[in-house]
Amino acid sequence: MTATHTRAAGPTASSGRTTTYREAMREALREALRTDQRVFLMGEDVGRYGGCFGVSLGLLEEFGPERVRDAPLSESAFVGAGIGAALAGMRPIVEIMTVNFSLLALDQILNNAATLLHMSGGQLPVPIVIRMTTGAGRQLAAQHSHSLEGWYAHIPGLRVLAPATLTDARHMLAPALADPDPVLIFEHGSLYNVSGVLPADAGPVDIGHAAVRRTGTDVSLITYGGCLPKALAAADDLASGGISAEVVDLRSLRPLDDATIGDSVARTHRAVVVDEGWRTGSLAAEISARLTEQHFYDLDAPVERVCSAEVPVPYARRLEQAALPQPDGIVAAARRSVGDLVAAGADAVERRPITGGPG
Amino acid sequence: MTAFTMPSLGADMDEGVLQEWLVSPGDRVRKGDVMAVVETDKAAIEVECFEPGTVGRLLVSPGTRVPVGTPLAVIEGEAAHGVRAHAPGTDAAAGADALPPVPAGSQRRPREASTRAETGRRPAPRREPQKAVREPKAVREPAVTKAKAPDEPAVSGAPALGAGPLVRHLAVLRGVDLTTLHGTGPGGRITRGDVEHARPPLAPRVRATPYARRLAQELGIDLAVVRGTGEGGAVRAADVHAARTARTGGNEPERPQRPGRDGEQHPRGAVPAEDRPEERTEAMRRAIADLMSRSKREIPHYYLSTVVDLTAAEDWMRRINRGRPPAERLVPAALLLKAAATAAREVPRLNGYWQNGGYVPGSGVNLGVAVSLRQGGLLAPVIQRADTLTPDALMARLKDLVQRARRGRLRGSETAGATLTVTSLGDQGVETVFGVIHPPQVALVGFGAVVERPWATGGMLGIRPVVTATLAADHRATDGAVGARYLTAVDRLLQKPEEL
Repeated sequence: MTATHTRAAGPTASSGRTTTYREAMREALREALRTDQRVFLMGEDVGRYGGCFGVSLGLLEEFGPERVRDAPLSESAFVGAGIGAALAGMRPIVEIMTVNFSLLALDQILNNAATLLHMSGGQLPVPIVIRMTTGAGRQLAAQHSHSLEGWYAHIPGLRVLAPATLTDARHMLAPALADPDPVLIFEHGSLYNVSGVLPADAGPVDIGHAAVRRTGTDVSLITYGGCLPKALAAADDLASGGISAEVVDLRSLRPLDDATIGDSVARTHRAVVVDEGWRTGSLAAEISARLTEQHFYDLDAPVERVCSAEVPVPYARRLEQAALPQPDGIVAAARRSVGDLVAAGADAVERRPITGGPG
Repeated sequence: MTAFTMPSLGADMDEGVLQEWLVSPGDRVRKGDVMAVVETDKAAIEVECFEPGTVGRLLVSPGTRVPVGTPLAVIEGEAAHGVRAHAPGTDAAAGADALPPVPAGSQRRPREASTRAETGRRPAPRREPQKAVREPKAVREPAVTKAKAPDEPAVSGAPALGAGPLVRHLAVLRGVDLTTLHGTGPGGRITRGDVEHARPPLAPRVRATPYARRLAQELGIDLAVVRGTGEGGAVRAADVHAARTARTGGNEPERPQRPGRDGEQHPRGAVPAEDRPEERTEAMRRAIADLMSRSKREIPHYYLSTVVDLTAAEDWMRRINRGRPPAERLVPAALLLKAAATAAREVPRLNGYWQNGGYVPGSGVNLGVAVSLRQGGLLAPVIQRADTLTPDALMARLKDLVQRARRGRLRGSETAGATLTVTSLGDQGVETVFGVIHPPQVALVGFGAVVERPWATGGMLGIRPVVTATLAADHRATDGAVGARYLTAVDRLLQKPEEL
């Protein structure tokens, strides 16, 4: 197993430049459009408006309306057109504003993109890349805020990616386009503004494997996408309390990299899965089940899950934040998992009469 | 001779399916023995017989649906009435003609059964032990009617006496050897409950995480003695490591123990290769240390001692052993264990556990026997239901267990679940051993060496073989009087070795 230990944005890179997730994404698109004439970008507002999140700003001017195409509000139609183009030999990058809207194109994605290779006996690969935002945290209310990537991770025939770092944002697109199968890229809306140093030597990303973003020995925080920064923050917090947390960034939600996840848990013996999806039937549920199936005898505590409250994501800021996984919740789950409080407490109780110093 | 008929098991029942026969022709049955299982529309019900006798022909085969009142079998009663054993025809219908449709007595019992059925509490579990199981009463048999009754099923041996057909049937189904059971029914009969409870009691399961369990196994640490610090007292990997480092830490400077950490941070964490004999011995030492510290810390012990004259026992043993090859001879230990176990049955307050601030009686006398190992350390393998074994059987079990304990070949079920432990240091030459109770048990019995001492009895002084029997008991569970009763019982039992 060769997990690429890509560093989270930080000053450790020998050289590099400061950029944002949004710019990294744009750069990836620009590179794709430049290097392969078959690549074109299509979606609502991607052209004149510059993309609803500003990712494709300036690309229309640079590459012209043939290669950066605005589409009407018709997800099923333009995703279907993208699939057709892919079948015809093009390399379309289709942008759907949010994962909520992608459900309108679910028929195309599931019944065509994901199945044609199989149904044609291997004759019709669909090399399409579909990008969309996911996740909450920006007060866009329920219809723009859900995390449904787990649903897509359910579908065989798709590759589902979730870039969480600048490097992944910059370098996941090329291997995604090179994949002969449909690839879905989920960009968490809260990440676009994240800025940091993009290492100069960052190369193509290994989209087949999860990455260990931080090593630790006591508990594995398994997460992806928009929850990665929260997990890293939680790990910092835990470290100050003497708990060494390892943070695993899944990167690929389908296929899941069982080996990296399992290796980590086999070392730490405890797992907290952080997933912005709803708990019931979630990706977190899948990971938890796999850990029980494959690493039962490595587990020293029940697998913990930190997921979103099972409500439509609220609009009100406090309610929205309360509904989402937060570092505090991750810390609490990790502590439960490690049994830190219990262990320390039990020890203290025994010693208290001797030292006479109740905490 | 009477007919065993399809009973009416409810006001609305007019026919039923004979599901299963629990007796076969030739079986002796007593009033209240269960003969057959009948399936009504609501439940499967065990039907009893109301007349003692011998089961004659079975007139209806399993799976047949017959109307209420149909004779199902012939029961041959007293010899006087037995002449027409096979007379009343060869089919059920003929039987129905020849016999009163419903014996007078059958109204009452089936009604009881039907009440059960109608409550509908248990839809179909016909094997379900029902509270109302009637023990075969210790009815005096009427003069035996058939000298040449067909052979009983192959269960033999004195202890099986009084096991009715149902009980024997159940024993076969469950693979229980009736000869190993101790009957709790009237007159020492083996009841259905005895068979159902014959399975050795499971050791209380230690709550532990899968990883801790694996680790404990790899490190040779007994989970039962590891203090769990996890949720609900669950043993976690850190606890196993703590138990282990506490052990190795004996020589090391006091180590700030942070049980929350484990795994890779310990330079020697989780390396099964360390499972060397010395390591194991140390682990055992540590385990014993923990357990015994806990015992002395938690249990207020009181001690009693008495010297038992073994003249009768030795005489009896000598007589028994005379005709035996050396390998089969009894040794005093077998008698002492048997006496200890039987006395525990008589004084059940000493046979059980102290748990959650209260006494919990053990189910059956499961005797732990302390066995010292050559490389040091102790094991206490368990002889299940020791009170029900003959001295010979006990001896065989003991030999087997000691051998396997010393080779490290005990099965899990043999290492846990003791309700009372016996330690015998007789072979080490000491006269008296005051033991430390094995928590959560409430007592420990000790025997010293059998020695010859001047002994006064009946106004005469003689030289007699004696043994010092001691009792260490948990003062929370019992007081000295109970302990005294126990030791007195041991003494009394050893005076009549032939009855052991």
